[in-house]
Amino acid sequence: MSAPTYDLGKLHGGLRLQANKKMSTDKAIQHIPVPNQLILPITQHAGDPAQPIVGSGEHVLKGQLIAEQGGSLGAPVHASSSGRVVAIEPWPVSRRYGDNAPCIVIECDGKDEAVGIADLLPSYETLPPQELLSRILRGGIVGLGGAVFPTAQKLMQALSCELEFLILNGVECEPYISCDDVLMREYAREVIAGAQILLHALELDVCYVVVESDKPAAIRRLGEVLAELDDARIVLKQVPTIYPSGGEDQLVQLVTNREVPSGGLPTDVGCLVQNVGTAAAIYNWISNNEPLVSRITTVTGEGVAQPMNVEARLGTTIADIIDFAGGYTDRAKQLIIGGPMTGKSVTSDRVPLVKATNCILVLSEMPAVTAEIPCIRCGDCAAVCPIQLLPQQLFWYACADDEAKLRSYGLTDCIECGCCDLVCPSHIPLTADFRTAKARIRELADEKARAARARLRFEARNERLEMDQILRDEELAQQKEAARKAGPDAIAEILKRKQERDED
Amino acid sequence: MGSMWTAILTITLISLVAGLALSYAYRTLQSDSGELVEQVNDLLPQTQCAQCGYPGCRPYAKAIVDGDATINLCPPGGDDTIRRLASLLGKDIVPLAERPAPGRAVAVIDESLCIGCTHCRNACPVDAIIGAQQLMHTIIEAECTGCELCVAPCPVDCISMKSRS
Repeated sequence: MSAPTYDLGKLHGGLRLQANKKMSTDKAIQHIPVPNQLILPITQHAGDPAQPIVGSGEHVLKGQLIAEQGGSLGAPVHASSSGRVVAIEPWPVSRRYGDNAPCIVIECDGKDEAVGIADLLPSYETLPPQELLSRILRGGIVGLGGAVFPTAQKLMQALSCELEFLILNGVECEPYISCDDVLMREYAREVIAGAQILLHALELDVCYVVVESDKPAAIRRLGEVLAELDDARIVLKQVPTIYPSGGEDQLVQLVTNREVPSGGLPTDVGCLVQNVGTAAAIYNWISNNEPLVSRITTVTGEGVAQPMNVEARLGTTIADIIDFAGGYTDRAKQLIIGGPMTGKSVTSDRVPLVKATNCILVLSEMPAVTAEIPCIRCGDCAAVCPIQLLPQQLFWYACADDEAKLRSYGLTDCIECGCCDLVCPSHIPLTADFRTAKARIRELADEKARAARARLRFEARNERLEMDQILRDEELAQQKEAARKAGPDAIAEILKRKQERDED
Repeated sequence: MGSMWTAILTITLISLVAGLALSYAYRTLQSDSGELVEQVNDLLPQTQCAQCGYPGCRPYAKAIVDGDATINLCPPGGDDTIRRLASLLGKDIVPLAERPAPGRAVAVIDESLCIGCTHCRNACPVDAIIGAQQLMHTIIEAECTGCELCVAPCPVDCISMKSRS
């Protein structure tokens, strides 16, 4: 079964990139055995770090809650296998601004014992949406497309909007990455079941499962499952292979021809986008009581002996995963977590696999570092920008540190897809510059907010001091008035009494 | 000859009318100075440190608008603030009168030395110090603007400034 190609809302710009996905997709998903040691960062999601609730030396089981959600935005962390907690300590992680982060280190006992399921789970269909959401929250489920935004909070926000469509994102437009592709081939049933749960939770009737046209096997498999289930609410759609059509806002544009407003969310135009991997994770948690303790990730690149897709426990180190894939080849030069466009290069393979890790890419050559030369204002970057920004103008204002202009030219809407970098004939690292400029804008906004607070406090204090002064003056006036009424004789009397008391 | 006088007369009349109109406009349409003070105050960093010689950011803003103060007296704001003030008020950019304050700082009370005199609490322009007579004082770090006004009044020198980073 094939799905009709769907590009109702045409995407502006974008690039047709060499996909390089074949090398990792010809094999089935391989399951990596549980390693001896698991390293679980307490921040594997957007938002506040989770709070550890286990101590060093404690024995934990697979699926046991080891860190609770901290703050209003966040997700809990579960143990990926059974064993003993040996430390909670800083460990190198693959964060965007790579540094060490607190991790819970578990020494596995190899038994892989799971926490018992208390009693028979009620079918999700009997649960009211709110309860379903709070269950999803407890499962530690986050957006597996890469942004790792806590799913439950995203759904809660969506419930307060007028929704029309649920969109399952199976586009996976970035080169090399194929984990969603193989997930849809092998776990199509789970993906669709996850979509059904989401439709129930959101009380929606339309779900589009959107896949890029270069994944015929996944489309076929999803089509088979849909034909079998005969659920008219779920429709399979195909979009052309253009990077970055998998961006949330871009996908909404492609499928519904609605533009997400600047600074807005897809829910503003009635859409909620979830990654296919997230849908499968939701199914596994809600129906099988398996929290998010493993994920599928692509190990690929010319620097890996046997590129493949693996399902590994969260907390497995990248080194273990690459060993499993036959180790590095002689040509291995650079290790990247994520794809070649938006990924982050790391210097150590001791970093653990986390919820966000959709790809481990080992490139055979360092990207050619060509000296940056001045902008010639050719406008190629503007032609490929999917958000229709003007990167050359933004670059200009980023150099000048002109916050007002950067805002008015929409820097905050930049999705950092890297298209402008790739086409720039002057080799200007535009995306990196924009990232820095964004951080600077955030800093200035923080400064402004702080100043506003300080000003309020300063004004409140002045008001209070003035009030105090007025009250004091009044009191003094009253005392004077009282003295005047009593007359000079009474005052002399009082003074005499005071003198006598002092003499005593 | 007559046409020359007509021309002179016409030009004089036009100048007179335009001059009157402009002087009327200047008087009636003058921008509200209170509003301008607000705008200037918005650009100041609100540390309330009084390093400019005025007791807080708003008084300084008022002094700038009244023409009593130059725009380069704010060390915490630094060059950025001068630049913004200059562009708002149409003035030239001038270098800072004093050396800029080094980064964002926060005051820290050595609690083992504090005698509970409340002097620092009374000096804080943004109420960022909690404490009462005979009781240990402490600084609400999030609200401290790093103005250093609490350092001098302390009789036991237990307050120091620390860099935020």
